[in-house]
Amino acid sequence: MPFTYNTPAQQAEMLQAIGAGSIDELFQSIPAEMQLGRPLDIPPALGELELTSHMQELARQNTDVTQSTCFLGAGSYDHFVPAVIDTLASRGEFYTSYTPYQPEVSQGNLQVMFEYQTLICQLTGMDVSNASLYDGGSATVEAMLMACSITRRHTKVIVLESVHPEYRQIIETYFETIGTQVITISDPSQLPEELDEATAAVLVQSPNFFGNVEDLSTLADQVHDAGALLVCSVDPISLGVLQRPGDAGVDIVVAEGQSLGTPLLYGGPYLGIMACREKFVRRLPGRIAGQTVDQNGNRCWVLTLQTREQHIRREKATSNICTNQGLFALRAAIYLSVMGPSGMRDVANLCLQKAHYAQQQLTSLDRFEAVSDQPFFKEFVVRDKQGDVSGLLEKAEDFNILAGVPLGKWYPQYEDCLLIAVTEKRTRDEIDQLVEVLGS
Amino acid sequence: MRNTNATQLIFELSTQGRTGVRLPACDVPEQPIEQLLPSNLLQSDSPTLPEVTEPEVIRHFTNLSTLNMSVDAHYYPLGSCTMKYNPKRNERIAAWDGFAQLHPYQSEASIQGMLQLLFELQQMLGEISGLPAVSLQPAAGAHGELAALMVAAAYFKGRGESRTKVLAPDSAHGTNPASARMAGFDFVTIKSKEDGRVDLDHLREHLGSDTAVFMITNPSTLGLFDDQVQEISDMVHEQGGLIYLDGANMNAILGIARPGDFGADMMHFNPHKTFSGPHGGGGPGAGPICVTDSLGPYLPSPTVSFCEQSQSYFLDAGDGKSIGRVRSFFGNVGVLVRAYCYIRTHGPDGLRRVSETAVLNANYLLSQVKEFLDVPHGDRCMHEFVASAASVKEATGLKQPAMDIAKRLLDYGFHPPTVYFPLTVPEGMMMEPTETESKQTLDAFADVLKTIVNEPAETLEHAPHSTAIRRPDEVTAARQPIVKWTESTD
Repeated sequence: MPFTYNTPAQQAEMLQAIGAGSIDELFQSIPAEMQLGRPLDIPPALGELELTSHMQELARQNTDVTQSTCFLGAGSYDHFVPAVIDTLASRGEFYTSYTPYQPEVSQGNLQVMFEYQTLICQLTGMDVSNASLYDGGSATVEAMLMACSITRRHTKVIVLESVHPEYRQIIETYFETIGTQVITISDPSQLPEELDEATAAVLVQSPNFFGNVEDLSTLADQVHDAGALLVCSVDPISLGVLQRPGDAGVDIVVAEGQSLGTPLLYGGPYLGIMACREKFVRRLPGRIAGQTVDQNGNRCWVLTLQTREQHIRREKATSNICTNQGLFALRAAIYLSVMGPSGMRDVANLCLQKAHYAQQQLTSLDRFEAVSDQPFFKEFVVRDKQGDVSGLLEKAEDFNILAGVPLGKWYPQYEDCLLIAVTEKRTRDEIDQLVEVLGS
Repeated sequence: MRNTNATQLIFELSTQGRTGVRLPACDVPEQPIEQLLPSNLLQSDSPTLPEVTEPEVIRHFTNLSTLNMSVDAHYYPLGSCTMKYNPKRNERIAAWDGFAQLHPYQSEASIQGMLQLLFELQQMLGEISGLPAVSLQPAAGAHGELAALMVAAAYFKGRGESRTKVLAPDSAHGTNPASARMAGFDFVTIKSKEDGRVDLDHLREHLGSDTAVFMITNPSTLGLFDDQVQEISDMVHEQGGLIYLDGANMNAILGIARPGDFGADMMHFNPHKTFSGPHGGGGPGAGPICVTDSLGPYLPSPTVSFCEQSQSYFLDAGDGKSIGRVRSFFGNVGVLVRAYCYIRTHGPDGLRRVSETAVLNANYLLSQVKEFLDVPHGDRCMHEFVASAASVKEATGLKQPAMDIAKRLLDYGFHPPTVYFPLTVPEGMMMEPTETESKQTLDAFADVLKTIVNEPAETLEHAPHSTAIRRPDEVTAARQPIVKWTESTD
């Protein structure tokens, strides 16, 4: 037993103090017929050395992105993660603590939450942020539920088809259960047809799943005219150059925060960002840190507005969520701090420039064409006129290039298309090689 | 050593013109941004963020970390949170490129090691729970509860049954009723009896053909195994309902009893608790759910399956009955990798020893604490117990003695127990020592607690005295919320 301490002699002493004859006796409250009565059928224990070897063996059967050139995106991006983030997030004082129930001994975590909330407001232009949710997808559905509750419209929401298909699937899952209709439209031009007084919210993503930047201000006006709320999922990196959603009239902003200092992690844990207008603060789900003073009048931080939450309100809570993604909110706070305004602008500009270079190079080849002339940020769609997306991907893998995400699985009309993401990490040489391999 | 000069916010350290990174120059032909994006969609200026250097960032956040209590540094008997030691080997392994640098949309062929790990974890959780169908997708325990209730809703819908009610005892965690509501059910609270077990008469009154699910936490939040669980299960099943087991307290029964064997149809694990997480200052966790074979088809998708023909692992979307997704991508994989390492480190005997030791530690602490505090639910417990400070209230006149004792413990360098939960115990203090604490630590804690109980009321009322801050004004914080920094805040 690697992590317990008590010797057999101590255990005997403890049993004596308890007044029990054996450890088994302590389990007497579990009726014998309910006890397993056999060892669990799982593999035998491994020491640290054996575990390390075993895990190395498993890791070796994976080809990670450090062994290849990654043009995969679609909601999870290979951005640069400065070393300070791992260094600080590896401090036991951060990662082995828990939700700050005792503010006197949790000021570190609470101040991080408060700084994170402020940084998210600065980045998005929104009034208030919570201390984070699970991930971009579940944050999106929480925002839609929140919009239903604010507008007291529980029959219908509208979702753009260009929202991440997995986010839309999550919304379908949640809303199917509670009986709210989810209308999916393929283009903002269809909005007037569907938008009515029963509609709680419209969900748009910008840059959308295909990488295209949406005109949020125009959408916001339309949506507000119908008394509905505009919920927008954004790419936080894009906000180094793009208009802040708060300035465009968005009511609730959500985002996948992975880009802000978290590696790919095969999809998680990530960070659900959520921010809204001031007037909705008491409808926000999740933890929120607030500033106050202690008995000596010193500035300090506490969890606040807890009457929204499940441990107080139980079935009347704004959500069942009881923790934030503390460690990943910390990572995002560190990332935004080291990047600062110039770093965020630089990283966004690098993504923008490189993605456009890649798109222009690829679409200059006979084999590929763009599927849209909408402006895009760091990700774009190309159509393979020969219609052999899987062949292309296999060929690229032979050159250790992860060339893009095929779209046919979610969008039959894009069966012959690839979604290609270009982050600041990709060099001109790597892009040129992608173009050469795909074009050869 | 704490740096008492470090009291500023990152924004207050900002100096115009500083930065913590230098990115490479653009190596592709650069085009004016206005040519690439319409000007009305652009930000007029750079974002307003703090401007600080890398050393400033390191010092700032390092100093912040020193203001936290943590498992690495402190005894942390926070009841129902299972604050056990977080093995460092798991941290190291989970950070390897071979696990951490995988994109969720890589081809299955390029991630066979990861898929094998996740497949084996599904199998091991199925075996530990006695509920063989497993989804690793939910991102937290509460998320798992919600997903499982949606599974139940889909199951009943598939059978053409309209069942509208979810029931749970009054001692249940607040997430139970909140999850039930989010899954579209009406929630009914069932009373507990004085001995902490479910009041079967009250349950019987509310059971009917409209009962979808009875949620039970067993061992309960009082640290008791409800031996009526089989009877409860039979009653609920007789009405066609399902039993959901809140797995928050699985640390008590690993390898000893399995929820699937004592009547549960569905459950979640909290790998950040039971399988050593860690807790991350409030997350991430994960909330894998395990269900019976008949509920399996409704689980969130995808799960991982093994194809005998190709001898390879693949992401299995199921046969069309799945409730769909509750989270993007696969799940909180980093947490699952650690859970896998933890289970493999312990093996069948080791996991049983975890629970035996956790229960021994809790009973030993109970035997020491009951000498000076009431423990209303008896002399024996599972992995945790709830003491009551009500007698201190009588003796001292303190209004909230459990809170005061908790605050005073901070002065002695111990994280307090969970206080005022469950709500069924007046001035409740829920203590969960976990298996990774030594007898010496438990003795030291009990000694301090005894000292505190006998301290003058004034000492307790104004505690803590030695922490970085004194008691904060939470009322003003909630009435006039300041939830972000602005230049004028000071």
